[in-house]
Amino acid sequence: MTSAATAPPRRRSRLEPAGGYWAYLIPGAIGFAAVVLIPFGMNIYLSLTQYRGVGTPVFIGLDNYARLAADPTFWASFVNSIVFIFAMAIIPTALGVFVAAVLFDFIAPRFGTRVSSIMRAMFYLPQILPIAVAGVLWKWIYQPEYGVGNSILDSIGLGALRQNWLGDSDTAIWAVVNVLIWLQIGYTVVLFMAGLSRVDPALYEAAELDGAGWMTRFRMITLNQLRPEIAVVIITTSVAALKVFAPIFVLTKGGPGTSTMVPSYFSFSSFFTTSQVGYGAAVATVLALVITVIAVGLLLFQTRNTEGFEK
Amino acid sequence: MTVIKPGRAPESALLPPATGAPVPRPKKRRGSRSRRGVSGWVVLVVMAVCALLMLFPFWLALINAFKPAEEYLQTGPTSLPTTLDFSALVAFWQSVDFNQKLVNSVVISGSVALIAAAISLVSAFAIGIGRVKGRVWILAIFMLAFTIPQEALVYPLFILTRELGLYDTQLGVIIILSVLQSAFGTYMLASILGAFPPEVLEAARIDGASRFQILTRIVFPLTRPTLAVLITFFFIWTWNDFFLPLVLLPSADNQTVSVALGALSGQYTSDPTSLAAASLAGILPALIFFLLFQRTLMRGVNLGAVK
Repeated sequence: MTSAATAPPRRRSRLEPAGGYWAYLIPGAIGFAAVVLIPFGMNIYLSLTQYRGVGTPVFIGLDNYARLAADPTFWASFVNSIVFIFAMAIIPTALGVFVAAVLFDFIAPRFGTRVSSIMRAMFYLPQILPIAVAGVLWKWIYQPEYGVGNSILDSIGLGALRQNWLGDSDTAIWAVVNVLIWLQIGYTVVLFMAGLSRVDPALYEAAELDGAGWMTRFRMITLNQLRPEIAVVIITTSVAALKVFAPIFVLTKGGPGTSTMVPSYFSFSSFFTTSQVGYGAAVATVLALVITVIAVGLLLFQTRNTEGFEK
Repeated sequence: MTVIKPGRAPESALLPPATGAPVPRPKKRRGSRSRRGVSGWVVLVVMAVCALLMLFPFWLALINAFKPAEEYLQTGPTSLPTTLDFSALVAFWQSVDFNQKLVNSVVISGSVALIAAAISLVSAFAIGIGRVKGRVWILAIFMLAFTIPQEALVYPLFILTRELGLYDTQLGVIIILSVLQSAFGTYMLASILGAFPPEVLEAARIDGASRFQILTRIVFPLTRPTLAVLITFFFIWTWNDFFLPLVLLPSADNQTVSVALGALSGQYTSDPTSLAAASLAGILPALIFFLLFQRTLMRGVNLGAVK
């Protein structure tokens, strides 16, 4: 998408005074100030105070941040975030680009676009669910006594592998990772297939005439041509992974212990469960900073790497 | 979940490109049967199995939602139910007053979609058509709404809504979500309006149209298809939103479908089929929207792909 700023310059009409359009920004600006800027400022202030949710916040400077730096739960939550970046960004992108290429460049030419469209819709379906609903569904599948996972293991004679999937700190994070991959693949498949449809078919035809096999075409053409899409997907899904909340809230509440704790849930529980508002605000501020730095960093990396590529 | 739902693909991108999309691939180009071969069928079967695995959880919810609990315990989760038992679904529906949740979700999502689209249009009008000074910076500030996690806004919003008497009211959530979503809408519409044909605007000005008339008589009608797509996305995103409604709408009477289902976790552990029934109740509206909105979303293919 081209931003407004890069649109061709338009000569301002002489009939029309400059300015005067500012009035139209007022509703958006008031709303944005009230819902984003002021609350974010208040959050930064709260992070510098000790506040139990009642009474007056007491200013304590950077004490909350010092406490954070020494809090193993805080560090555990960011380590888990890295795992979830793999679950929501890296793995779905890798699988998605491959599935999209197979559907687009292997299934569609041989069996028709109808077959590939239906399969794409099947991969996409988890994306239409509210994440809370997906969480309830998987919570039931993982239930230890009568859950689907263990019942199926029993019925195929592998009862010895029964697990308390979400209740065991060794398996819980992988159980959550599995759900996140299931949720995310559809997003990447759909975006990459949309990307492939803008690639000039002549490229593939020329490569095929030159005797390039499917894997060669995939490596040389698909991966190259999809670079802009891959960059966008990695940025948006990494940001989403750092923010992940609903699946954790529904599936594990960060537990057992801190084995699935993430920064967003840690700050939520500091606010509303343990009433350490200042501490929760500090976690949220750090998270906001980390996300902004990573998003801007990825964006810069992407513009540098795709320069001369898109145009 | 954020304003942009970065992890979610625009539903539109799922649909086949509208006619006239860039370089449509000739469908029958290499579609000869002879090219299918054994390896072709093997790949097809492998892909079909993967695709079916993606649907397996949905299938489990469907078949077990109607299975009597005793039968579930005897024959397990993968057998088809021998009788259709609606009791788990009915029990869930009544215990959470699901009709009420559906109404709440429709009211909140519908209001947010319309208000957010209106704010987006007006702001984008100033940025894209009015080309106000510093518009790049204005858009950059709006981008903050993409990166700031809602956790960094939620406690102040909790304090402010309590002060203003908007806590635990649908109005409060509607205002907040409208503003957050309009940041995305503004960003998207501003770039579209930036490419608005200048001759049309010029002609209108020569005819003496005021800025407001240009907005309502020219820009609005011409961007209506884009607005329809935005409204659809806003509706679905709000429907699926979880975090802010969870915090700001605590009472059962105001809750949305998403929050009501999310709050189920921890309950219902004794009855093996009730969670399947609850999941199915949550899946159905999402599936219905998807089918209903397909036509509108078809027009948004261009909005969909790479932003």
